[in-house]
Amino acid sequence: MRGHLAPHRFPEKTRRVQSPNTRSTLLMAPALMWLTALMVVPCGLILALGFFRRGLYGGIEYTFTLENFALIVDPLYAGIFLTSARIAGLATLIAVVIGYAAAYAIAAAPRHRQPLLLFLAVLPFWSNYLIRTYAWIVLLNREGLITQGLRMLGYEGEPPSMLYTEGAVITGLVYNYLPFVILACYAPLARLNPELAEASRDLGASAFTTFRRVILPMTVPGIAAGAVFVFVLSIGNFITPALLGGGRFQMMGNLIYAQFLTANDWPFGAAISMVLIAIMMGLLTIQAIAAEKGAGERREGTDG
Amino acid sequence: MTALLSIDGVTRRFGAVTAVDRLSLEIVENEFFALLGASGSGKTTLLRMLAGFETPDAGAIRLDGADISRMPPNRRPVNLMFQSYALFPHMTVEGNIAYGLEMEHLPRSEIGARVGEIMEITELSPMAKRKPDQLSGGQRQRVALARALVKRPRLLLLDEPLGALDKKLRAAMQLELKRLQHEVGITFIVVTHDQEEALVMADRVAILKDGRLLQCGTPHEVYEHPANRFAADFIGVMNFIEEGGRTLAIRPERIHLFPDRADRTVEGRVTARAYHGLDLQLHVATPLSPKPLLVRLTANAADRRPVAEGDTVTLGWNEADTRQFND
Amino acid sequence: MADRSPATRRSLTVVLFAVFAFLYIPIATLVALSFNEGGLPTAWTGFSVKWYGALMANRDILSAALNTLIVAMISTAIAVVLGTLLALGIETRRRKGRALEALVFAPMIIPDIVLAIALLSFFSLLKVPMGLHTIILSHVVFNLAFVSAVVRARLKSFDWSVTEASADLGASALTTFRRVTLPLILPAVIAGALLAFTLSVDEFIIAFFTAGAGRASTTLPMQIFAMIRFGVTPEINALATLVMIVSVTALTLSQRLNKGVIAP
Repeated sequence: MRGHLAPHRFPEKTRRVQSPNTRSTLLMAPALMWLTALMVVPCGLILALGFFRRGLYGGIEYTFTLENFALIVDPLYAGIFLTSARIAGLATLIAVVIGYAAAYAIAAAPRHRQPLLLFLAVLPFWSNYLIRTYAWIVLLNREGLITQGLRMLGYEGEPPSMLYTEGAVITGLVYNYLPFVILACYAPLARLNPELAEASRDLGASAFTTFRRVILPMTVPGIAAGAVFVFVLSIGNFITPALLGGGRFQMMGNLIYAQFLTANDWPFGAAISMVLIAIMMGLLTIQAIAAEKGAGERREGTDG
Repeated sequence: MTALLSIDGVTRRFGAVTAVDRLSLEIVENEFFALLGASGSGKTTLLRMLAGFETPDAGAIRLDGADISRMPPNRRPVNLMFQSYALFPHMTVEGNIAYGLEMEHLPRSEIGARVGEIMEITELSPMAKRKPDQLSGGQRQRVALARALVKRPRLLLLDEPLGALDKKLRAAMQLELKRLQHEVGITFIVVTHDQEEALVMADRVAILKDGRLLQCGTPHEVYEHPANRFAADFIGVMNFIEEGGRTLAIRPERIHLFPDRADRTVEGRVTARAYHGLDLQLHVATPLSPKPLLVRLTANAADRRPVAEGDTVTLGWNEADTRQFND
Repeated sequence: MADRSPATRRSLTVVLFAVFAFLYIPIATLVALSFNEGGLPTAWTGFSVKWYGALMANRDILSAALNTLIVAMISTAIAVVLGTLLALGIETRRRKGRALEALVFAPMIIPDIVLAIALLSFFSLLKVPMGLHTIILSHVVFNLAFVSAVVRARLKSFDWSVTEASADLGASALTTFRRVTLPLILPAVIAGALLAFTLSVDEFIIAFFTAGAGRASTTLPMQIFAMIRFGVTPEINALATLVMIVSVTALTLSQRLNKGVIAP
């Protein structure tokens, strides 16, 4: 019965056990090569393009220049950047306020109902961006549903012009990114130990003071990362300004789009893209440092 | 008797840490062997080298005379019962147990027969169709054991086999494992940090510390004749008395309250008294050591000589019951 | 959370209702209009599915839908293999470098427009003719990142000792993968695939930039964008409804298979 285990039956060749890291590298290799070829190299290319000169007829002239970056601080373009920053900032602020309130309400709901509520809140995020934006054209149109509603209530004047306004662009951005913000706000709220709020109440704080002094400070760092993404996605957007702004409001995304598809100034478009990436990285770094510091303070707080 | 397994100067380093350091051991056929040590002693690394999940940096592991130290785990006639049991959650009890035999490409009928047989022995037959998450801790442990045993390995390795069970079940399983080992006639190597478990189950015990072998012997040998101070302290409870540059060690149960029957006596005061049912434990402060001496009296002896906290007592023991260490 | 007064609870419910109304009314309006006989938002003239019929007769939309399916299926298939292997590779690694983490995270956070122009520049500099194949190559970039993220989330709670147990019982690495690892991570792999499929079906910007000239490689989102620019037409309502049904079904399935893909 143990014959098959007798020593002479041991395999002649004993293969060396593969080290875990060699195997892991082999497993990762195809994906990493794909990412390198189709993300790292193209992004590197954009980085390089930003320092070249635009050719006479739209091509690229391979001479080093900082002109493209000088152009970014040119009043004409700087104005566009400031406008898009204001629109993106407002959209982010509104989305965060509404999103936090919604996330707070979900986190306060009975535990067994929270997953469904969260799922419902996030579901629209996964339907097509164009369609979600288009829905607002239907609503905000001169003869759209909102005008219809007003008429039904007895309004007889000129239809309000709501589409192709800054307000429409901001509404579209808030609508599109709100589910994402709710998700980002819910995570830290759900993680919060309910005993902390109870302790605060027990120590004599009002509900509002508890929220302001305990809940808000403990959940804001987690939300900041979400806000950064919304801001960057908004400022780099080109669909919403194109469809809801009627081309009258240019965000950085529209500028990049134009440089590549209409103005044919690829180096300048590349330079704007780099600025966009730089803004994102800068904000994320600030957020990470702030969160780190906050986490350190909270740790001390619990030790003390 | 020739050794079934011989571990010869095996070393395994992880970076700057030497987990197992030039360790040599021989284990004979049908032995129930325990590797005993605290966490970080290298016992688990040694076990993983025997199973094939780690490769020694130096030295050789021989099974039936052949060097297996570089053989991958799936080719070794050695099986491991994992500490976490590592049952396949998507397979039934039966499926888990049959898995290893399917790997040997045995005929279906033989697999069925052997799985049925081992489920009888381990009393798992009624749960054959259940999934691991529908089993109790004790049942899961038996599946893990059956899954390894059914392959009839030359050597069965058990990593903290009773660690996840509660205290009562553990005591029962210690005897159960011993019974099973007799029944199937396979050599067992158990890794444990629990010295009591090692003493109860094993034919021989090896004590490991910092990757080195401190002592190897029968439970009686390691308990009664510890090779050094660490072994003495690690196995059971030991009182240490520093005297003229040497250390005397004496077990609490070797100290008694009948000075007329002792060749060594000392006076002390009872600082604490703990009743354990079977025995009574006293802490007695004496001039011999900074720490009070621990004295363990049988319930019988305690009845004959009642003691209260604060009492002054005379302790006695025989020199033959003390061990002497020079380190 | 801590117990609240009835007034607080009521106002939280109101907030929730208001937010859900804001999120769902625009979508619901589109769905309702897609069944409006007259097709215009100005008046409800009766229930009809004629706009769905018109959709089915529209060659441009059908060919765009076919292109989208081709792109989504092929890019998902490639991404599932690469992303799953990547996840297994990263999670079995002894040490994970920050650079590696950043590299596999980047496709999910780079603004689409930047990746789009980067790929456009890359393909045109290499003089790669652009078409559906370049969209597929590009979609794999973010799809594989999402698949690997979903699979990695599953692997975080994976008990690796079962793979050692499999090897110990005599299985080769391949057999262990086939009989133990893959069955255990399969729900996450399928969830990742559904997620990737949805993302690919909905993706507009990168497809728009890497499709090249000509109508042959127009995808559904590109077609929708073109239609919207022309103005409100009833056909878009019907198309939008169908596209949303596909996304929502795929995402709901994905969520059921693997709790925590969309929301924890």
